[in-house]
Amino acid sequence: MSDFLLHLDLSGFIIATLVAGTPLVLAAMGGVMSERSGVVNIALEGIMLTSAFAGYAAAVATHNLLLGVVVAVLAGMLIAGLHAVLSIQFLVDQIVSGTVINILAIGITGSFYRTYIQNASLAGTGVLPAIRLNFLPNSPYVGTITIVAIALIPLVHLLLFHTVFGLRTRACGEHPLAAETAGINVYFIRYMNVILSGALAGLGGAYFSLQQIGNFLPNMTGGRGFIALAAMIFGKWTPVGAFLASQLFAGADALSGRLQIGGVNLPYQILGMLPYILTIVVVAGAVGRAVAPAADGKPYRKS
Amino acid sequence: MSRALRQRLFSAVVIPLISVACGFVVAGVVVLATGSDPIAAFTALFQGAFTNPRAFPETLVAMVPYVFLGLAVALGFRAGLFNIGAEGQFYLGAIFGVLAGNHLIGVPGILHIPLALAFGMLGGFIWAAVPGLLKARFGAHEVITTIMLNYVAFQLTDYLINKGPMSDPKSSAPRTPFIDPLAHLPVLVEGTRLHLGLILALLAIPVIWFLLERTTVGFRIRTVGFSQGAARAAGISVAWTLVLTMGISGALAGLAGADEILGVSHYMPASFSIGYGFDSIAVALLARSNPWAILPSAFLFGAMRNGAAFMQLETQVSSDLISIVQAIVIMFVAAPVMIRWIFRLRETPAGGLQITQRETAGISSKP
Repeated sequence: MSDFLLHLDLSGFIIATLVAGTPLVLAAMGGVMSERSGVVNIALEGIMLTSAFAGYAAAVATHNLLLGVVVAVLAGMLIAGLHAVLSIQFLVDQIVSGTVINILAIGITGSFYRTYIQNASLAGTGVLPAIRLNFLPNSPYVGTITIVAIALIPLVHLLLFHTVFGLRTRACGEHPLAAETAGINVYFIRYMNVILSGALAGLGGAYFSLQQIGNFLPNMTGGRGFIALAAMIFGKWTPVGAFLASQLFAGADALSGRLQIGGVNLPYQILGMLPYILTIVVVAGAVGRAVAPAADGKPYRKS
Repeated sequence: MSRALRQRLFSAVVIPLISVACGFVVAGVVVLATGSDPIAAFTALFQGAFTNPRAFPETLVAMVPYVFLGLAVALGFRAGLFNIGAEGQFYLGAIFGVLAGNHLIGVPGILHIPLALAFGMLGGFIWAAVPGLLKARFGAHEVITTIMLNYVAFQLTDYLINKGPMSDPKSSAPRTPFIDPLAHLPVLVEGTRLHLGLILALLAIPVIWFLLERTTVGFRIRTVGFSQGAARAAGISVAWTLVLTMGISGALAGLAGADEILGVSHYMPASFSIGYGFDSIAVALLARSNPWAILPSAFLFGAMRNGAAFMQLETQVSSDLISIVQAIVIMFVAAPVMIRWIFRLRETPAGGLQITQRETAGISSKP
């Protein structure tokens, strides 16, 4: 155990947590926007996977990592648009629609991966530049998307709680009929929010392929989209709460990595279960106190 | 033909058929986009599923787990539960099946097989009853908890068989030892891998139908799925029904896992399932949660799964392609409005198709 303590430097651990939490906080904020407008979005996982792939493919094709990030965000918006059409326009059960997208993402990325990446033995794209934070102890390097994600937290908070658009969004999630009566176009607001959630999750997808490893691997998102949903619930459907909850899950992730390096005598698979088990515990424990937007998950029929 | 019968025929046969056709069209477009020939790919898919030597019995072998798993997911749907954890429960069933297959040495075969299968059901039951309990007690949404338990099951399997307590010391690959030959399910047709599990799967369909439609438990399950408020008003314990439904659902998925071990692989490899549990969501949705309709639905998916392997070998088109077909199938079955809209069909069945019978109320609302 003393070995373990020697290896645990606190600032390094916090930075590792922030970095590992990047896709979680982005997807969780996407979930916040979508669900605040009344649309459950379990498609976050599929959106991130598709974006991770699209971003990587674009970066390979254009030799431009920044363009890759842009394409990842656009791809996220496109896939989220499909979720919006299915669940808002065609009144498909939102969980079923999200499942469709998650399965579709595996099929599409898997098919293209085999043809264009696996068989073509491409060289990696490299990763996005990391920025050195001189004002912190040890001057750590932090990836670009992580910085952007942290900067987005106050922006999403302002958008949701201090703008007319945010007010309308929350109205549509709480009482769409009342919102419609007050002259708000419920469909439009819901479309905008679901597509916005796709943009956020898309950026989260870019983290996997363009910041973390500079490559694409099948199923590389590994359930982070679902953990992000749990973070959203635990964070009580607020951007700041989602961020803090994401840090909890990412911390479990980072801790399991550190425990291994620190020579703690537990099989790595058992440590690997940590974030998932924590998610279950949190979802079971938090729900009694967290209250979802009243009309969350309910399709709205224009009369 | 009466109007009512035409409408039933439309929703039960026409919509699923159009859905499958649309799925193949979209998949064909993706094949084109990856620079391959869709006709060649689908021809290979068909050959691999039906016309190659021994292809057809292999399709039936692949169908067996889909029947059990499709029933598992469908049963959940009927109570308004979305069991995405069939994959994890399938793994647990296999782990328990291997345990029973390895450690009940000396038990006569006639007892060994049913014991091992029952053990597999127990594994799946436990893995599914936990999310059921968490939902009933704390309102934790089963979609999240079952998905998380899938990942825990994968890690657990890796731990157990990758140089862990259940790994084969004589093998360098991560896998368990072979199970006792006495626990093997008997082969039905000499020269194939068609095993007794096929009969069990065919029996499971009427059993689950009977459970759902002719027993008190089934009535409770359907009532809870229809309306939890109504169920509560009728004095049905919603919490207990949710736990029981998840448990039975998991037991079916566990049976599928144990059956694969006892009937097909006889040991547990590292990549035990190639997404059977996830495919089964599509199997159940395509069958619209009707136990009888699970059979053709599972047959279709067994054929696709079996043919896809040959297709990948023959044409280099990824077998992940069939996930696209599945996604499109679910999409159209869940949105009949869309099919009518696309094809300008005038025949409109009264009311929408209620597939999952769930009370949609947020990802985390209290039951």
